[in-house]
Amino acid sequence: MTAQHHPSEALLLDYASGSLGEACSLAIATHLALCPDCRRNAAQLEAIGGAFVAHVEFETETAVDSAFDAVMARSNDPDDTPLPATPPATAVIPEPLRRYLGGDVDRIAWQRLGVGAQQYVVPTADRPVTARLLRIPAGRPVPTHTHGGLELTLVLSGAFSDATGVYGRGDLQEADETLEHRPHAAAGEDCICLAVTDAPLRFRSVAARMVQPLLGI
Amino acid sequence: MTADGHQPDATGDQMADLLGRVSQGDGAAFRTIFEHFAPRLRAFVMAKGTAAQTAEDIVQETMVKIWRKAHQFDPARASAATWIFTVARNARIDVLRKVGRPEPDPDDPAFRPDDPDSPVDELARVQDVTQVQQAIAGLSAEQQEVLRLAYMEERAHPEIADILGIPLGTVKSRIRLAIKNMRSTLLESSGESL
Repeated sequence: MTAQHHPSEALLLDYASGSLGEACSLAIATHLALCPDCRRNAAQLEAIGGAFVAHVEFETETAVDSAFDAVMARSNDPDDTPLPATPPATAVIPEPLRRYLGGDVDRIAWQRLGVGAQQYVVPTADRPVTARLLRIPAGRPVPTHTHGGLELTLVLSGAFSDATGVYGRGDLQEADETLEHRPHAAAGEDCICLAVTDAPLRFRSVAARMVQPLLGI
Repeated sequence: MTADGHQPDATGDQMADLLGRVSQGDGAAFRTIFEHFAPRLRAFVMAKGTAAQTAEDIVQETMVKIWRKAHQFDPARASAATWIFTVARNARIDVLRKVGRPEPDPDDPAFRPDDPDSPVDELARVQDVTQVQQAIAGLSAEQQEVLRLAYMEERAHPEIADILGIPLGTVKSRIRLAIKNMRSTLLESSGESL
């Protein structure tokens, strides 16, 4: 089953141009690993970048030799790119996210959130944007909330639904302050998703708001 | 003209050939790539308000990566200029953020491969970046401005909304229309060359 919910052209363009921050880029890149259609669209957006590079106005080089020599002097340096680890035979969580988690779903040090849900805060250098892996028990709701800013939710296993539709593996929901929703995990399987938020969620219920500082979301 | 009606321009093809030779360790080919792209990359990076010395570091990093990773360039997937753009974009992120850019890994077992029957994409395949440039030039002034801010100044779309003083939704729809228009222009021009 291919992904049914995709990032907007604007978000994909920010990823392709390089302006998108690390945490949001992590969600987009992981969606791309699961979505050949969006990879094709991202390649198109990169071709626009290629045209801008090829046709930029520039000044004629004055110190070609010294700049070239500086590059060649480094060309025999050991490549500091870490060698890719041998990939496992199978994986639930795709790269690049799995690397950020230090392993697949069975290796995650979940932290309890109450209401049966669990989270793992994904380490990034992208403050104040937060990336977290959430595990919502099968058939359970997340309290109704709106968003202070952008929230990207990428489903990795199981599914959730809200008024805007059903989201399964590979689907990405791009929500902003205009969406108030009460996502509900589908029955049968826990829903594991990556949620990236650039501002705290706003829960509608007083009870949820009271426990929010304890949950850290 | 190739069998599929695609007519690449000489420069794009030459650059792709040169990159192929660079991947074999051909220093003279690399020198030609360097002379062609280094000044363009410097101007491209400087347009984002990057300080001169940092821009120099980014260009040098990009060139080192081109030399080392030329074997990863696939002319069936992207033009030379497009591939070099992606190397420069990633080098800039490495230099400025000190963290690598998250990217999918086609060798990962969880990676969903391309559908073998999926249509070959015109925009990504076009070797002639001049055609892409012409498609950009065919856009409305408003759409071109949004693309210029995104690629030359590397502004994210919420910043573009602030700079232009227009709602976020308007920026998003301008981007959507710009891409849609470019796609149809490129499809038309590739149809004409059949």
